[in-house]
Amino acid sequence: MGAELAILLAPLAGGALLALIGHRRYAPEVNAAVSIATFCAAALLVARVIEEGSITALEEQFFVDSLNVFLVALTAFVSMTTSLFSRPYMRIERAHGRVSDAGMRLYHAMYQLFCFTMLLVLTTNNLGVMWVAMEAATLTTVLLVALYRTHASLEAAWKYFILCGVGIAQALFGTILVYFAAERILGSGMTALLWTHLDSVKAGLEPTVMSIAFVFLLVGYGTKVGLVPLHNWLPDAHAEGPTPISAVLSGLLLNVALYALIRFKVITDGALERPFAAALLTGFGLMSVAVAAFFLSRQRDIKRMFAYSSIEHMGLITFAFGMGGPVASFAGLLHMTVHSLTKSAIFFTVGHATQKSGTQLMEGIRGLVRVSPALGWGMMLGSVAILGLPPFGVFASEFLILTTAIAQQPWAAPILLVSLGVSFAAIFGKVQAMVFGEPTAARLPHRPALAPVFAHLALVLLLGLYIPAYLVDWYRRAAQLIG
Amino acid sequence: MVLHYGPQLVNLLAAVLLLLAFAMLSQRRILSLINLFAAQGLVLFMATVLVAMITAQTHLYWSAAVTLVLKVFLLPWILHRLIRRLNVKWDVETLVNIPTLMIFGLVLVILAFNLAAPISLLAGTVTRSTLGIALATVLLSFLMMITRSKAVPQVVAFLAMENGLFFAATATVYGMPMVVELGIALDVLVASLILGVFLFQIRSRFDSVDTRHLERLKEQ
Repeated sequence: MGAELAILLAPLAGGALLALIGHRRYAPEVNAAVSIATFCAAALLVARVIEEGSITALEEQFFVDSLNVFLVALTAFVSMTTSLFSRPYMRIERAHGRVSDAGMRLYHAMYQLFCFTMLLVLTTNNLGVMWVAMEAATLTTVLLVALYRTHASLEAAWKYFILCGVGIAQALFGTILVYFAAERILGSGMTALLWTHLDSVKAGLEPTVMSIAFVFLLVGYGTKVGLVPLHNWLPDAHAEGPTPISAVLSGLLLNVALYALIRFKVITDGALERPFAAALLTGFGLMSVAVAAFFLSRQRDIKRMFAYSSIEHMGLITFAFGMGGPVASFAGLLHMTVHSLTKSAIFFTVGHATQKSGTQLMEGIRGLVRVSPALGWGMMLGSVAILGLPPFGVFASEFLILTTAIAQQPWAAPILLVSLGVSFAAIFGKVQAMVFGEPTAARLPHRPALAPVFAHLALVLLLGLYIPAYLVDWYRRAAQLIG
Repeated sequence: MVLHYGPQLVNLLAAVLLLLAFAMLSQRRILSLINLFAAQGLVLFMATVLVAMITAQTHLYWSAAVTLVLKVFLLPWILHRLIRRLNVKWDVETLVNIPTLMIFGLVLVILAFNLAAPISLLAGTVTRSTLGIALATVLLSFLMMITRSKAVPQVVAFLAMENGLFFAATATVYGMPMVVELGIALDVLVASLILGVFLFQIRSRFDSVDTRHLERLKEQ
């Protein structure tokens, strides 16, 4: 009982506290402490779920099962490491004069509120509250994307707000339709929005309404996942916001939005006899992989390039869930985990690399290994991991997804292989040039935080070599749930 | 008396709502646009109260009250203040000329009615025929959003879209549960405050709130 409340209250109270503390010298430490507290609460929650299985709390308003518990743990972990990374990072930004004191206050308070909204999306059992929290997640990050107040960042934030606002409005319409379908069975009131109840009566839900609802939900939450053609906000928001925000957007928010979509997919699949939701997810996923791979190879800005890589990987995960079945869903869940860890690690190195070089353009970043071996190797290893080379965990999940695709959707396999090949060539070539070669970088006023990078990469390596039994068990049970 | 004609009155208000959506779509002046938005809120409030009376759903009175405070008074007031401070009372330019926009709008309405028809058939609510109108309002606001080049009209369109969604919820399911409605209202309020802050930032950077300035980030 305590743990699931603490996990939400810690970031909420932390956000308020940080708004009060403002730009005082120790604000980054407080921010990190709050995130560590959240992570401890998440660890307690995980321990309880391992012991007792799925739990509900507060009159079933909150619900934790094997599907969301690992995402809760992942979210709490990555937001903790990101807060540790952002400690020196934002100090350097402040020293470089890119952020004002008011900006620092805004950054810290909103960072915690953003974590709160994501954890609320993950743990709530109420699909209406899920929508509210998802919209709030957009609202908390929109001012962060505009933190530098430059032309480009304002533009990116405006685009982010408008596109996600419009998208999320469609999701609300979808949620209303789901409520409408559920109300006929469960009666009016809160119960008809509780996922656990919907799940138990899903076979009786009106199929026409559910299929229309799912289309709206896919467009709505799909915008936040960054599925092509709804992805336009994503590269801009990632490139123009502060790097810790790019890391949590890529590593966490996209996952959380996809999680919402999966919850609805489970219900829709139950209501419909034909694989309607699955076909949509497969199609959108495949399109995202293919389009992102080709856009990726044309980027000059390093953060934009990795943002497109995120679109590609989210597409791959969506495709895996679309195929369904125990292996593909397992692989999708594993890929969510390793992508989140690897991509945030990459953004950490990218952040310091751009600070050192003073530019985000890749031709301006050279010779990282000479200036700072840890930074250079961190970026190299991170890129190698995200490109799916063994022995990292991304290889395992991509291998599973590809082999299932060859067995179940043979027509899609060549498209996937070509896209992965194109992005490999693009990213590897560019990263190699940045890591090796003649250095252009300068020294930084604060020591960069590279421990989180290697912590993440070590975990990804571990997941590639050996997945602990209880994790396999979770993934299996969650995969069963997804179908 | 009211109860007897209730459903017809709701239908009438729904028609007014659609009319207002078209009026907003064709409106060139920002001030009138905000007034139309307030009028839309008022119609929404009346419709919600009517539905509440017909169906005796007490929680609808609450959401009607929230609508009245938020959409008839608070948000229009914020918007009025905003344009006074930003000094942007001049005419709104649309990216597409208005008669063409009207035709697009008509197509959207037909689309919305067709999409809503199978759902309306299933609904047991007295107001089921209005779902098509609600969806049409959402789509028209969407059209308005993508065809306006100034930031303030885009904000108004965003809020009008939320009006349409609110009406959809009232029409099909007699409103969402209270917690959710309050959450949505809070989101809308925070969104408009953030947008206000944001507009000032945009203006201090560009000396204008024309979003056509915001078109530099393009794919190479």
